Amino acid sequence: MSSRKKPAAAGSVYAPGPAEQKVAAHTIAVLVDNTPGILARVVGLFSGRGYNIESLTVAEVDAKANISRITVVTSGTPMIIEQIKNQLARLVPVHTVHDLTLEGPHVERELMLVKVVGTGEHRVESLRIADIFRARVVDSTTESFVFEVTGSSEKLSAFVKLMEPLGLAEVSRTGVVAISRGPTAIMKRGEAD
Amino acid sequence: MAQHKGKGRAAAAAAAKPDGQKPNGGRRMTGAEIVIRALADQGVDTVFGYPGGAVLPIYDALFKQNSVRHVLVRHEQGAVHAAEGYARSTGKVGVVLVTSGPGATNAVTGLTDALMDSVPIVCLTGQVPTHLIGNDAFQEADTTGITRPCTKHNYLIKDVNAMARTLHEAFYVARSGRPGPVVVDLPKDVQFAEGAYEGPADVRHKTYRPQTEPDAEAVERAVDLLEKAERPILYGGGGIINSGPEASRLFAELVAATGFPCTLTLMGLGAFPASDKRFLGMVGMHGTYEANWAMHDSDVMLAVGARFDDRVTGRLAAFSPKSKKIHIDIDPSSINKNVPVHLGIVGDCGTVLKRILESWKRRRAAPDHKALSQWWKQIEHWRKRDCLRYIASDKIIKPQYAIQRLFQLTKDREPFITTEVGQHQMWAAQFFGFEKPNHWMTSGGLGTMGYGLPAAVGVQMANPGKLVIDIAGEASILMNIQELSTAVQYRLPVKLYIINNQWMGMVRQWQELLHGGRYSESYTEALPDFVKLAEAFGCVGLRAEKPSDVDPVIKEMVKVDRPVVVDVRVDKTENCFPMIPSGAAHNEMLLGPADKAEKPVSEEGMVLV
Repeated sequence: MSSRKKPAAAGSVYAPGPAEQKVAAHTIAVLVDNTPGILARVVGLFSGRGYNIESLTVAEVDAKANISRITVVTSGTPMIIEQIKNQLARLVPVHTVHDLTLEGPHVERELMLVKVVGTGEHRVESLRIADIFRARVVDSTTESFVFEVTGSSEKLSAFVKLMEPLGLAEVSRTGVVAISRGPTAIMKRGEAD
Repeated sequence: MAQHKGKGRAAAAAAAKPDGQKPNGGRRMTGAEIVIRALADQGVDTVFGYPGGAVLPIYDALFKQNSVRHVLVRHEQGAVHAAEGYARSTGKVGVVLVTSGPGATNAVTGLTDALMDSVPIVCLTGQVPTHLIGNDAFQEADTTGITRPCTKHNYLIKDVNAMARTLHEAFYVARSGRPGPVVVDLPKDVQFAEGAYEGPADVRHKTYRPQTEPDAEAVERAVDLLEKAERPILYGGGGIINSGPEASRLFAELVAATGFPCTLTLMGLGAFPASDKRFLGMVGMHGTYEANWAMHDSDVMLAVGARFDDRVTGRLAAFSPKSKKIHIDIDPSSINKNVPVHLGIVGDCGTVLKRILESWKRRRAAPDHKALSQWWKQIEHWRKRDCLRYIASDKIIKPQYAIQRLFQLTKDREPFITTEVGQHQMWAAQFFGFEKPNHWMTSGGLGTMGYGLPAAVGVQMANPGKLVIDIAGEASILMNIQELSTAVQYRLPVKLYIINNQWMGMVRQWQELLHGGRYSESYTEALPDFVKLAEAFGCVGLRAEKPSDVDPVIKEMVKVDRPVVVDVRVDKTENCFPMIPSGAAHNEMLLGPADKAEKPVSEEGMVLV
């Protein structure tokens, strides 16, 4: 269907609202049953409906209740973001959907492994910068380092940029994980409901 | 299913205990026997299917019992459409049984159709044995992968002890909330394996519990808006039908209590009596002039179980620009999807209508009578345009005339009508009046040509002794004509009323309006002789070639207690009006052929479907 909405064009076809709706990134936490195919369901929903995925991470977080947590960073107008959340909530194995961006302060972190290959001054410089970024050396040879860096996505990108002239060989990133600040949890542990 | 493994095993151990159902005497059953037992316990009396290598154990179990009937279709797509017809005419879950590989892939169109039109279906598919999955085995397909985007949910059962529970859960998911199709993929070794049975009583889904009761405050705000409305419109959709006959009754009660005008979508026809003066006809692309203008000019719109589909809204920016919109839907993702609404109410239509009526009565609310009578005056003015009129002829059968006569001559029998897709479908929606819900089965969302005949088979299975008519086009009917053989085998006296203009009429109409009359591939050169075709299948064939033939042919068709194919040779050039060209607004309707020259379709509209 050629009339399938596209996030960028969506603002213009709706009735005149208060103002042109802005595209913004949202971090969404989705708690799901850890079943075969659940990730395919979530990813298929995004591709099938033309939504963006900027980052997606998934892992089991509660073995007793058999629950996995998917953290997805997506972008869209407020109306598209509402659609994404409703569509996610509609999937049968989904327990809850939380928009951490809207629900208040939260912490976002990402972990990255970076391989830098070089000798001499470049090697020393990379180690110096790694120190500034509080990166840890997790593997070392006489001609290479593997650094482990955690932090916001911006910090990680800045580190990659600095490593580029210093022999950057390989990058592996986890994507964003996030959790709300304060004492409230989005789901009681060990409970399936 | 991994998520139920724990519970499934626990349940297996406890299966000897009475579970609210008849205990099976401690006997372990095969997976195939569990399937049949679960269907029987779910109250299933009819299954539409087609056997094959990967479902032979289930067919064997089917052979040994009498509680579940099997209807052998001639193509798996037909099985799903038949189950849809069965489900939509009864409100029950339709059940399909097909084999692996091609059996499952052939079912995909039907499943997508059921998803788009929210029809509760449980489709059991055979699968190669678990040790062969992923091996490109004979007749293997990744059924759960293929059907993931076209089902509400699907399952692959790898453990026979999860079988009963998963099947009961599949029925629960299919019929709860916004109904939809659910696929259960059953590897052949699991059908042979022995396990314990578990009754449906204990099966409660872990996460899936749709909200049916509305937020009380939202209901009050809705009544506030309705009370103050000066130019109100009630806009009902297929959700009212899905909610059950009580929802239709409550919708009519709300119309009566408020005196507001109402319109229905294609999917909603029958939710309100078509003969009532307060019904403005169908809304949307081929809806009536008065319904579309009333939508456009309204100040308060109450959408009940309708989803603001692009066939209804026309150009979104110009859709009912002045109205405050209230949207009742059981599916939160339908609210604010296409059109931003002022008030979204999540809940079952029937329940929400009940709460609104309770509040309306408690407040002793009354509409703004002065404004309302002014509004009705305006609506009558639009109605006077008589938008469905056509130029009658005594030489050539007009398609509208053919359907009008069919309606007049059969309405006393309260027939069930199914359709294929195209011009005939729109004419049927315009000219056939429905007084009751569940009597109109058409492929609305997906627009599946070939839907009507198998759907009619399903409707007739569920409603023996009732008059079931498929209003068809000659192009659509050829897409699933093989199901005539099913109708004959089960002595189902379905009637095929083919509006035959030798064109893919709706394609031709769009080519005429949008592509300079270049009729690319829309004419069928070599049509079969439908009368002889009917006879070859063992049906009765009839033909109408001039207007005076129409009445006698319809009377004969209704009289014969066998499947009948009627070939109605109609005007080949007739177009379906009124029409909102794509990309246009409700108030830019074309009323007839004379209208089209003045308003060329915009380039923006051209790219829309």
